Amino acid sequence: MTRDVHVSAIADAVKKLCMEANVSLEPDVLRAFDRALTTERSPAGRQVLQILKDNAELARTKRIPYCQDTGMVVCFVELGQDVHVTGGGLEAAINEGIRQGYKEGYLRASIVKSPFDRVNTGDNTPGVVHVDVTPGAALKIMIMAKGGGCENRSRYTMLTPAAGLPGVKDFVIECVKTAGPDACPPLILGVGIGGTFEKAAILSKKALFRELGSPNPDPMVDALEKELLDKANRLGIGPQGYGGDTTSLGIHILTYPCHITSLPVAVTIECHAHRHKEVTL
Amino acid sequence: MSVTAGSDGIKDITTPLTDADVQSLKAGDRVRISGVIYTARDAAHGRLLPLIEKGEKLPIDVKGAIIYYTGPTPPQPGQVIGAIGPTTASRMDKFTPALLKLGLKGTMGKGYRGQPVKDALREYRGVYFGAIGGAGAVLSRHIKTAEFVAYEDLGTEAIRRLEVEAFPAIVINDCHGGDLYQDGQKQYARE
Repeated sequence: MTRDVHVSAIADAVKKLCMEANVSLEPDVLRAFDRALTTERSPAGRQVLQILKDNAELARTKRIPYCQDTGMVVCFVELGQDVHVTGGGLEAAINEGIRQGYKEGYLRASIVKSPFDRVNTGDNTPGVVHVDVTPGAALKIMIMAKGGGCENRSRYTMLTPAAGLPGVKDFVIECVKTAGPDACPPLILGVGIGGTFEKAAILSKKALFRELGSPNPDPMVDALEKELLDKANRLGIGPQGYGGDTTSLGIHILTYPCHITSLPVAVTIECHAHRHKEVTL
Repeated sequence: MSVTAGSDGIKDITTPLTDADVQSLKAGDRVRISGVIYTARDAAHGRLLPLIEKGEKLPIDVKGAIIYYTGPTPPQPGQVIGAIGPTTASRMDKFTPALLKLGLKGTMGKGYRGQPVKDALREYRGVYFGAIGGAGAVLSRHIKTAEFVAYEDLGTEAIRRLEVEAFPAIVINDCHGGDLYQDGQKQYARE
């Protein structure tokens, strides 16, 4: 049995997700601010964290965007193979939702049509859409409003298998150092390890959708995440780079099998303005 | 003198800034900025540079001024401006020394500046302020008026004249070689 989902329902859902994500941080991020406030030694760092909390409250109550960079919309879709999208194309519907959401929400248009001529498209479209086809008849849409400043500090490397786990750890910490104050710490890191060049990069984005502060289901990877988080927070960069203990709020890893020759590692750098929302239609 | 120390340890700054004002500011100083500041980021700087190179008049008088690297969200009905936090300053590094040479006194953004900018801050007596990245809603409350001055076609990247009141910032790089990012990290790094 297939289930029909009309494109207007998809566009409407994406519109609402975009508008909400930009004014209302998810509870996992707010809880992470509170946790950090209990451990941060730096007075300047604590002050920044408190202002970020105030900013979140003001954004939510006055519906002012949390950050002026309302991002490029990155959208992960889990499309049940028994879903039949009617009335048009899936990706066009998502972009229509972005268009409407960014206009109605008074959100910033931050996308240029071509990387060369740099002319703004005016409506923040297109987004970047990843679709996984899954069993069943559900349609899950996850969106992230991804800021440019932190995205610009994201990195990729292809390690040798001999470089191994120590090589992975060194690279991730190196990414935190190079991101530094530019990427608006406290940072959240999505790390994709394994697969191929593009698979690692996509995993690094997808890893960011896991609830902040929740354990990784794989105990070995969970231990690695905690070790890396501790290392990152010993760097001293701190909130906004003013010095302190809260350089990162979380490091999330996703892995995938890879070729005998390869050890791909991709790190997506996300700022504290971690604006993500999801819905299942 | 347009820099005065508040009783809470925060320095109050009123634009425009003089050399003496800049010299009194040290990396790590918390400040509140009031008066007129200008917004400009990547695309606007791209248009200013050819004018500077040809010796032509700029659409804003940069003498004593502060340029804020930001691209705000559009105002909702009844609002002066939308969210207005800082963008990454290093993308403007290419343009900053030439503007400091013309008398620009302050830039404001977030993130590291390159060595040529730090050198220019010393040579021409300028200061780089950090605003809190991602605190766009809170910072919008400190903007009293906003109007387009130039390049309105650039939308969010246009040059705007802002009247600000007690806009909170911190001195990252001063004109004496001080660097809050270096000092702060050194103080809190644990090995």
